[in-house]
Amino acid sequence: MTIVKFEVEDHDGNRQEVEAPDDMGLSLMEVLKASEYPVLATCGGMALCATCHVEVLEGKDGLGDATDVELDQLENLPEFFESSRLACQIRISEQLEGAVFKLRGEDN
Amino acid sequence: MINTDICIIGAGPVGLFAVFEAGLLKMRCHLVDALPQVGGQLSEIYPQKPIYDIPGFPEIKAQDLVTNLMKQIEPFHPTFTLGERVDHLTKQDDGSFVLTTSDKTKIHAKVIVIAGGLGCFEPRKPVLEKLEYFEGKGITYMVKDPEKFRNKKVILAGGGDSALDWAIYLSNVAERVTLVHRNETFRGAPDSAAKVFDLANNGKIDLILSSDLKQLGGNGHLESVTMVNKSKEEITVDTDYLIPLFGLSPKLGPIADWGLNIDKNAIEVDTVHYSTNVPGIYAIGDINTYENKLKLILCGFHEAALMCQGAFKLVYPEQKLSFKYTTVNGVNAF
Repeated sequence: MTIVKFEVEDHDGNRQEVEAPDDMGLSLMEVLKASEYPVLATCGGMALCATCHVEVLEGKDGLGDATDVELDQLENLPEFFESSRLACQIRISEQLEGAVFKLRGEDN
Repeated sequence: MINTDICIIGAGPVGLFAVFEAGLLKMRCHLVDALPQVGGQLSEIYPQKPIYDIPGFPEIKAQDLVTNLMKQIEPFHPTFTLGERVDHLTKQDDGSFVLTTSDKTKIHAKVIVIAGGLGCFEPRKPVLEKLEYFEGKGITYMVKDPEKFRNKKVILAGGGDSALDWAIYLSNVAERVTLVHRNETFRGAPDSAAKVFDLANNGKIDLILSSDLKQLGGNGHLESVTMVNKSKEEITVDTDYLIPLFGLSPKLGPIADWGLNIDKNAIEVDTVHYSTNVPGIYAIGDINTYENKLKLILCGFHEAALMCQGAFKLVYPEQKLSFKYTTVNGVNAF
């Protein structure tokens, strides 16, 4: 097991380091919720509600491409960025080390 | 005025099952939901997704569960107010309640049960200056009555199924339909996307692709919308209406102002009967919170059963509750 460290920027622009183990099958959404970030995650992680929208500020390359289902949700949001992702579709892995995520969307 | 024993706010799976449990105890229910159909997020967000943790169903599609629940509660003839949001709640001198919806429907109930999931689904709004000013004055987020747009100029924004479907429908109703989407292609149903491109090629609708909404213009009523494309070029289109269709997102809404104890968008309850701090108001399902709360449909079902034991004392204060199994007593319709 490796403890992965990355940073999360909230809506007020405050950045904090977040740690998560890479061997529990966690998604970034689950870690954000567990860290008490205001992520709704209505659909529970099925990439169906887009209430866990994040912008990847750093470390985008390590994350792999978004699936069609994920892009479908993202592209229909009123706010969309080049590196927008749904946190529920990002698995916690060593690839996330040093990444920076910004919470996006009015729901989060 | 609608009169009922229990008014259930939220017609998701837990709200629906509460009708069954209430019915066994001879309590009548009326349900209100902001969505135009029953089923809550099961019908709205993931109707075709299989659910694996409903007891007795190794696998069941979300929409099928809703259909089954509707069949299960049918003997108790619940009544519904759909497509309306409960806005106001006033307590009467006798301890009962009067609810008023967004369309001014009034419901009188002895007991209120909030089964609102994560809240009311409300449209996601684009970030635009003067957006709120033009709401109701040219900006609308839902097409309730398509005739409103007859012979009018309409701009639709969004690339999902509802944007495509309404662009196709309104192309026969409105004077002019313009569809604005931030990409070159649509991810909605391929048939609908093909139809939209056909209509555009035949000059029936205008497509403005790879563009975002930028600015609203008008004096009193919306008169124009400016879009900007990826090369930062702007285009302004005269219009009577703008309909942004960026999906729905749940909000706690007016419930937050009813004097209930709320912790992180969830209503605090006592787990004896899932009662809130306001006598006569109960909260079940995803919208409540207590120690070790699990947001599972099956937990909501359990909460509905226990809630009814508490509600019975308010609906029938003179009667003693005797618990009977359906296997012994059957389901006695009323």
